Amino acid sequence: MEARPRSFYFLAAFFVLFLIFLYGPTITIAILSFQGPQGGLTFPMRGVSLHWFHELFQQQAVGDIWGSFARSFVLGLMVMVTTVVVSVMGGLAFRKRFPGSAVIFYLIITSLVIPSILISLGVGLIFSQSGLTVHWSTSGFGSQLTWTLPFGLLIMFAVFNRFDKSYEEAARDQGASAWQTIWHVVLPIIAPMLIGVALFGFTLSYDEFARTLLTAGSYNTLPLEIFGMTTNVTTPVIFALGTLTTGFSLIIIAVFLITVLVLNRRRARLGSDAGKGMV
Amino acid sequence: MPAPTTKRQSHGLSNALSGWLMSLPLALILFFFLLLPIVTIVIVSFWGATEYSIYPAFQFDNYEFLLTSPVTYQVFLNTIKYAVIAWAATLLIGFTIAYFLAFHVRSLVWQIALFLLCTIPFWTSNIIRMISWIPFLGRNGIANSTLIDLGIIDQPLEWLLYSDFAVILAFVHLYTLFMVVPIFNTMMRIDKSLLEAAYDNGATGFQTLTNVIIPLTKPGIMIGSIFVITLVMGDFITVRFMSGSQKANVGRLISNDIGLLQYPSACATAVILLMTVLLVIAVMLHFVDIRKEL
Repeated sequence: MEARPRSFYFLAAFFVLFLIFLYGPTITIAILSFQGPQGGLTFPMRGVSLHWFHELFQQQAVGDIWGSFARSFVLGLMVMVTTVVVSVMGGLAFRKRFPGSAVIFYLIITSLVIPSILISLGVGLIFSQSGLTVHWSTSGFGSQLTWTLPFGLLIMFAVFNRFDKSYEEAARDQGASAWQTIWHVVLPIIAPMLIGVALFGFTLSYDEFARTLLTAGSYNTLPLEIFGMTTNVTTPVIFALGTLTTGFSLIIIAVFLITVLVLNRRRARLGSDAGKGMV
Repeated sequence: MPAPTTKRQSHGLSNALSGWLMSLPLALILFFFLLLPIVTIVIVSFWGATEYSIYPAFQFDNYEFLLTSPVTYQVFLNTIKYAVIAWAATLLIGFTIAYFLAFHVRSLVWQIALFLLCTIPFWTSNIIRMISWIPFLGRNGIANSTLIDLGIIDQPLEWLLYSDFAVILAFVHLYTLFMVVPIFNTMMRIDKSLLEAAYDNGATGFQTLTNVIIPLTKPGIMIGSIFVITLVMGDFITVRFMSGSQKANVGRLISNDIGLLQYPSACATAVILLMTVLLVIAVMLHFVDIRKEL
């Protein structure tokens, strides 16, 4: 291997600084959430304790943290499943141009770039003017889909742009129906990417704030609850909550990544050795 | 020969039909939760409002008030200021990071691992990530106490938290990722032999960067720019939180009107914001074909 140029060390140092910038603040609040009971929102640490985590499990004066966590979790799963199913269908549809596909494509881009508060405002107005009650599982659910679907679809478009069509042709030549081809050939091949779409669907929903602000109704999701706390909680209890939800997000990310890894391993192990015998 | 034509037509028809069927759920969701809300906002922007309620009307009062108020122009200017500064900062940092990952990290495994490390924060809560700047930037925070300990300043700096500085810092913190990912993606598709050819012909590293890499990375830069600019222009929560409600942008103008139940006026501001954002995107889309870049 040739020697590394000097620019490598400069850029590597820049990269490390960037990572510190990215993760530093989060690590700081993780440390501060173990403040002693007398400690405040900044250093120094006044002892080390689990006091503020303990506080989270007490009856809260400010709201309903565990209820909102449960709602955010369920909503995240709903959005995740819907995003995966709708994105796959959309991705399959968009492999061929059909009348109206350009319109839908530009709507997807609009959905991605539209300021989130407009969705919140518009959906909120539709519900209030037509006499419906906004609820996280109806208006909140739909509003969040306008944020997760563009990501899911763009991933699916990218996947199908690189998809080797000869697999499908082979399946069809062997007499598979259109459904059998999709179910037994296409879906297994794109499975790891679907896990990626699911990760986007769940986490973007779980963390979404602006699009749920006016559409969640009287029962808050977790980000709304946390935002409410920022205005009237001045103790490290908010750091404890931040640390817990970030920890939860990291676990979710790890689960998804490990699943992709396992799928890829299994595929490498069980995959065909066609074309390798002659080498 | 009519037979082949008919066959092709029926084939085209079944194509269209399956396309429509497969994209029906998508189209329905986009219709009810994107198109209809936009239409509603446009309609309500012409309505009137009392202190407690809104009523249907067709009047230009909201727009007239908006377009004649100097506050509107200040706030739009401030929004554009945030967008331009955040865009320049995220582009510089994002490009450098992507360049390092794509051209200086040599093994694919390391590239993927370091890339993932850059993207993980994207999947965690933005609000928590904003809150986490408090112990760092606060009056008695890490930044101030370090600077005082080093003897660089005597008094804590007041402009670290709850200021334009904090707002832009948070934007860079939250959104640099949106630059890194598309730029890294296009860089990874650059044929490495092009770089070798440039070197063989005597180009310096810098010349290769400006004459080969940057032109080939333009689509990624454009996609990242679209993300950052629209996210910053449509934001209201970062500005509210990081400026301690002392600074304003268009998003906050809208959310303040919503707080006062002045929906028609919020809608008028929203319409103008949306038009501004779409105009910016339309201009940027001229430089890149997104469907080709995926």
